Amino acid sequence: MSDRRAQIDRWIEQGAIGEARSGLSELLWAEGLSNATAAFSIARYEKLRPHIPLLAYRVAILRSFTVEPLVPMLRAAAFAHGLDLTVQVGEFNAYAQEILDGASALYRFEPQAVFLAVDTRSLAPELWSEFAEMTDPSGAAVVARVNQQYHDWVRAFRRHSDAHLILNTLAPPVRPAFGIYDGQARSGQYQTIEEVNRQIRAITRDYRGVYVLEYAALVARHGQENWYDERKWLSVRLPCAAAQLPRLACEWLRYLQPLSGRVAKVVVVDLDNTLWGGVVGEDGPSGIRLSEELSGAAYREFQRALLDLTRRGILLAIASKNNPADALEVLERHPGMLLRPHRFSATRINWNEKTSSLREIAAELNVGLDALAFVDDNPVERHRVRVELPEVMVIDLPEDSWQFATSIRDCPWFERLSLSEEDRHRGAYYAAEQQRAVLETSCVTREDFLRSLQQVVEIAPVNPATLTRVAQLTQKTNQFNLTTRRYSEQQIDELARQPGCHVLSIRVKDRYSDNGLVGVAITCDRADVCELDTFLLSCRVIGRGVETAFLAHLACEARLRGKTRLEGWFLPTKKNSPACEFYSTHGFQMVRSEPQGALWALDLEVQAPWPDWIERLTPTEARP
Amino acid sequence: MSGQVWEQVAGIAADILGVKKSSLDANSGPEHIEAWDSVQHLNLVMALESHFSLQFDPEEMDRMTTLGRMAEIVEARAGGTHAR
Repeated sequence: MSDRRAQIDRWIEQGAIGEARSGLSELLWAEGLSNATAAFSIARYEKLRPHIPLLAYRVAILRSFTVEPLVPMLRAAAFAHGLDLTVQVGEFNAYAQEILDGASALYRFEPQAVFLAVDTRSLAPELWSEFAEMTDPSGAAVVARVNQQYHDWVRAFRRHSDAHLILNTLAPPVRPAFGIYDGQARSGQYQTIEEVNRQIRAITRDYRGVYVLEYAALVARHGQENWYDERKWLSVRLPCAAAQLPRLACEWLRYLQPLSGRVAKVVVVDLDNTLWGGVVGEDGPSGIRLSEELSGAAYREFQRALLDLTRRGILLAIASKNNPADALEVLERHPGMLLRPHRFSATRINWNEKTSSLREIAAELNVGLDALAFVDDNPVERHRVRVELPEVMVIDLPEDSWQFATSIRDCPWFERLSLSEEDRHRGAYYAAEQQRAVLETSCVTREDFLRSLQQVVEIAPVNPATLTRVAQLTQKTNQFNLTTRRYSEQQIDELARQPGCHVLSIRVKDRYSDNGLVGVAITCDRADVCELDTFLLSCRVIGRGVETAFLAHLACEARLRGKTRLEGWFLPTKKNSPACEFYSTHGFQMVRSEPQGALWALDLEVQAPWPDWIERLTPTEARP
Repeated sequence: MSGQVWEQVAGIAADILGVKKSSLDANSGPEHIEAWDSVQHLNLVMALESHFSLQFDPEEMDRMTTLGRMAEIVEARAGGTHAR
């Protein structure tokens, strides 16, 4: 174990950044997350920090129990998942004051996400150990009191902060006070706690940016008997046994990845010994393990986990070193396959390096390398990808194939906290894209192709039904994005209410599919200028005139409001080069250039023409 | 105290306290090592528990004043056999 550590330190000394980072991921994988591996990794990640892609994020933890040993575990796991966390821990049991007082240390810290980590015995001891003595046997009073407290806290929090807030459900004690009678009683202890939890979930639905962590389910997943260590509660107020601390830290991380936007959009899988057991080139299609019985079931379960990801809007792709004919035979015809070829948005089955396959897949799907997650049973391939493509999220599969599905289901890079209609159907959009590519090659001119696409767009102000998707687009769109300003649902909602501010979305349909809501523009009027705060489009529709149509609409509206100029910044990032010529090709003049970007202006007396091959639908005729 | 348990205890302490394993001995304790404060002490106890699959009693935790004592208590409880 010390050899691995010495090797990591040598790599750091030699400046072998990729190797050191890969070594740290392997250390956590091989030894597991503990206070020891966490402390070791944090010290090394802090040295590597300037050289590796990390996203800084600020988290506060308000708590009714000891969380100090959890903090290094959370930070170490976050580093391994591309996040550099600054964590502030609230005073012990002072969560109520901190959340209610707008001048508290909590709000001065300006967190981006806050966990309200409160346990049953602190918040409602009547529901934990004193249930049998309760004077109100229905439990209604305590349920109402807890519900009221949560309402007050969330309301106060929203007054003072626009950060994300994560509440947790209350876990029941291992054994109810009345034994088996608990289930027979009209309002037993478990049922009363479940009622509190039902109301906590209801609160999270009433407020934007407030989420629930199913703590009772987390405890149950790992077993109540194993979870608790009463001695640790009594001596140091730890909520669980030492062995369970990493599970709670990892559960927190599952929220921070989607909240910070550091998530995977595509999962690229290997085939042999990953999607099925065995090597098709050697064992033949009938010799591989893949069925609903025996050891093949582990691989089928893994495929099920991947299929479930597609319903969260995550695309599947293949990078395999194989003879294409052998692999396709299995993909198309093996009776045990759950994932048929049409489920994969990009496929690379060849003898090239995985790194070049990954680059090609990213280019084909129009996403950055940092949107890819890579799953392979071979540690050498994983190491190579980690070293050569540091942006790619590499998932370590365990030795035991029965745990493959779990490592997908537990992976924080695949978590989402909201899902739009677009997410559920993303795989189908990409299938339609492949048909469009076929049409494009058969059309003589670009114009013919654009006309034959029969595009219809609908531009509408943001509304409650589109708010989630609009915020999501501002957070996830990297390429065709002029300013890359990220907004939460809460912030979009506030912008839309501001006088002079307009938040618009654009929906695009064509002969192959409804692409859904794919673009956002935010404009703010000041004096005779209309300023473009945000202008972005999903890369799957760019280059078809949609951006020109969207601009024509904005210019026309601004003119109707009496504005004479449309101004906008181009703020360059590593990713948004596809948008860099947008202003210059649409009649804008550069006003000034600054280190962070350039300001452009369009004289509104000049018409910004609507592309005549795009039909427009007004929101009223579009849908009821 | 067996060398095997000591090696593991010292390795864990080196990780948590951010010091070289070779700089630690049985007498190492909070008085000698600056980084060893109450939070790190708790981290160390937690790391030992999860590494050796143990749950210490509060009385045992009180007696853990040096690394040597920690190794002795681990050995008395587990004989070092529960190590992963």
